[in-house]
Amino acid sequence: MTILQILWFVVIAVLFAGFLFFEGFDFGAGMATRLLANNDSERQTILRSIAPHWDGNEVWLITAGGAMFASFPLWYASLFSGYYILLFLTLIALIFRGVSFEFTAHAQNAFQRSLWLWTNFIGSVSAPFLLGMLLTSMMQGVPMDAQGNVWAGFFVVVNWLSVVGGLAVAYLSLIHGLHFISLKTKNSLHNRAINMADKLYWLVYPVLVIFALLAIFQTDFFTKHLMTSLFIVILLVLATLLGHLAIHYGHNAYAFSASGLSLILVIAFIFNGIFPRVMVSNNGKHDLLISTASASSLTLEIMTGVLAVLLPIVLIYSAWSYWIQRKKFVDIK
Amino acid sequence: MITLAMNVISLSRFQFAMTTLFHFLYVPLSIGFGLMVAIMETIYVKTKNPVYLKMTKFWSKIFLLSFAVGVVTGIIQEFQFGMNWSNYSRFMGDIFGAPLAIEALLAFFLESTMLGVWMFTWDRFKPAVHAIFMWLTWLGSALSALWILAANSFMQHPTGFMINTKTGHVKLTDFWSVISNEQLWYQFPHVIFGAFTTAAMVVAGMSAFGLIWKQNHEFHLKSLRLGLIVGLIFAVATIAAGDLQTRYIIKDQPMKFAATEGIYKNTTSPASWQAVALIDTKNEKVDQSIEVPYLLSLLSYHKLSGSVTGMTKVNKELHAKYDKKFGKNMNYYVPVKTLFWSFRIMAGGGSLIALVCVLGLFFSRKKKNTLLEKKWLLWVLALTTFLPFIVNSCGWLITELGRYPWVVYGLQTIADAVSPTSTVGGLLFTNIVYFLLFAALGAFMFYYARKTLKDGPDHLEKTEIYDDDSAVDPLDQEVFNK
Repeated sequence: MTILQILWFVVIAVLFAGFLFFEGFDFGAGMATRLLANNDSERQTILRSIAPHWDGNEVWLITAGGAMFASFPLWYASLFSGYYILLFLTLIALIFRGVSFEFTAHAQNAFQRSLWLWTNFIGSVSAPFLLGMLLTSMMQGVPMDAQGNVWAGFFVVVNWLSVVGGLAVAYLSLIHGLHFISLKTKNSLHNRAINMADKLYWLVYPVLVIFALLAIFQTDFFTKHLMTSLFIVILLVLATLLGHLAIHYGHNAYAFSASGLSLILVIAFIFNGIFPRVMVSNNGKHDLLISTASASSLTLEIMTGVLAVLLPIVLIYSAWSYWIQRKKFVDIK
Repeated sequence: MITLAMNVISLSRFQFAMTTLFHFLYVPLSIGFGLMVAIMETIYVKTKNPVYLKMTKFWSKIFLLSFAVGVVTGIIQEFQFGMNWSNYSRFMGDIFGAPLAIEALLAFFLESTMLGVWMFTWDRFKPAVHAIFMWLTWLGSALSALWILAANSFMQHPTGFMINTKTGHVKLTDFWSVISNEQLWYQFPHVIFGAFTTAAMVVAGMSAFGLIWKQNHEFHLKSLRLGLIVGLIFAVATIAAGDLQTRYIIKDQPMKFAATEGIYKNTTSPASWQAVALIDTKNEKVDQSIEVPYLLSLLSYHKLSGSVTGMTKVNKELHAKYDKKFGKNMNYYVPVKTLFWSFRIMAGGGSLIALVCVLGLFFSRKKKNTLLEKKWLLWVLALTTFLPFIVNSCGWLITELGRYPWVVYGLQTIADAVSPTSTVGGLLFTNIVYFLLFAALGAFMFYYARKTLKDGPDHLEKTEIYDDDSAVDPLDQEVFNK
């Protein structure tokens, strides 16, 4: 393993974490259009708060995919072909969700409008759930052959660990989204978002605990990386607790940071656990390793240069775009 | 026949072709529309004429629709390499992934962030500053075209690599040579100018519909003329770039070129051009054709002499070159008829667009505008809305089918590129779902674009009710009209 290979393993983790941090809250806001909003105008207010940003947020996923292709082509090939149907369903969810923003604005009657609002909701629920399933099901070792082909049958994809993992990501996204709404709105929606998140936390703890327990029994994370895995799990629980306390005592910005951190820690837990592998095989023989799955050192060097120049620029103008649109929204009376 | 076609390779190919062609209806449209809207807003900044502000807002509705559908289908495209073509990804990853990642980092972030800023900050910036955001959006989309074509160009003409003897995979040796690939610099101008033409003609064509429906006269006439001017400039530029590209293809991929002209035997010098031909692919000959003397030499070499190598000879050469590596049983003939007719539709359609632009501009000139009396011309202009899409699709058919049987020219065949884990059942299912999805997205996009045009530009003002952004329908165009 070279330093560049480890760096790119971390970069892929950071990109997935960035995706969950950013797109997580707009998934959550999409879920809130049905779970929190009481009427059409509240739905509009929620959608308005994420409308300028969701597209840029989704680019994190596109970048993660592209960067994985560039830095670990063998990982990209095995993961994407092996999890074919799950990725396919995720794509369908993202497509429906993506067009719904624009199509809602063009809807000609109440029926079409509600069609696209529901589309947005269903996409916002299923995308984080399916992605959570994908990320967590590959923790436990998948059937792979010597060429790195993954033969992921139904029960490899759908099992207790992956379902609970999917739920965890979806719940955390919802809470993250509610925190975002509490920051972007005033009055009724603002208050109800805080209340709802405060109560929902009680549901998140058991999901996280079951997830950690399943991870102990279904994966080798705690045998291979006992200390770091434990450390991250404790951080995850602490971050969630912190978010809960913060929202309970009205520190909305802290709560938002804490829920974002929880999502980042889920990714950290997975990437820490699979290290130094990128894909874990169920027989232990055909693991894809960081050292063998990566692109050539020249490609990694070039990509490192590109990343070092472009990522700071991207972060600066993304931050700027949030800053200039920081105004809070009040619902239509 | 049907059972024969139902294998993993053909279903994967069908899926890729379907996704690419559908995606590529919206990509040129949104790249071009970014330019059109940026030009409109810039003219508004310069002239302060409110009709240009109205134009900016009205046409950006169509732009946003095309952008939405283009974005979501683009994600499929990126994931498909890994999902359906995993052996290709393993083989090519060292080179193909980098442009994709750079595209995301350099172009997509810029494009989508700036568009988000542009849409919702009408009241926050001076018009001149606000226009910059659209230019940046457009720049992002143009840059993404550059990088995706860099990746495609490697597949057409691999450079800057070696084969890793241990893994058998492509290994990057010279990144500069991947970017300075000749194929790219012949392909990029042709594609990007074609994209500008596409949106310009959609603006012009839809304005013609507006004029036929007797909507806001000044608005549509100004839009029409702007569309025609931009359309003419870039239609000519596209043809010129295509001409350069063709002359490069003659050298670089002679099979592709010979197929677009339906030439089996080497031509005489000077060579005559077959305008139409009945091609017998089984017996490898042309049954009947209508020919124009000298024209093929003129088109190929820009002079009145010179023969063109036919497919039979190219086939022999390819066998001599690649038999050791790929075996004697390879079939190097590309789908001749499809290429032959695609080329004619592309080149003919492109020329027709330029001609329509000239006619439209001539009859709508300021001194003597008789366009409205010429109902036939208005209808021709209106119908031209659809032509660029057919032309663009044919262009891609030539480019992509023309490198058959390889996915990476001379290095990897299509059969070797496919995912070993794919199944007929899975592919059948996803093909059907994608097909229904694309049909639905296309239908809604068309329906909403048509509806927007039917409502007309004056509809904008009627719905302009808002008091600050505290109390507005978030996604309604009302906010946006601010």
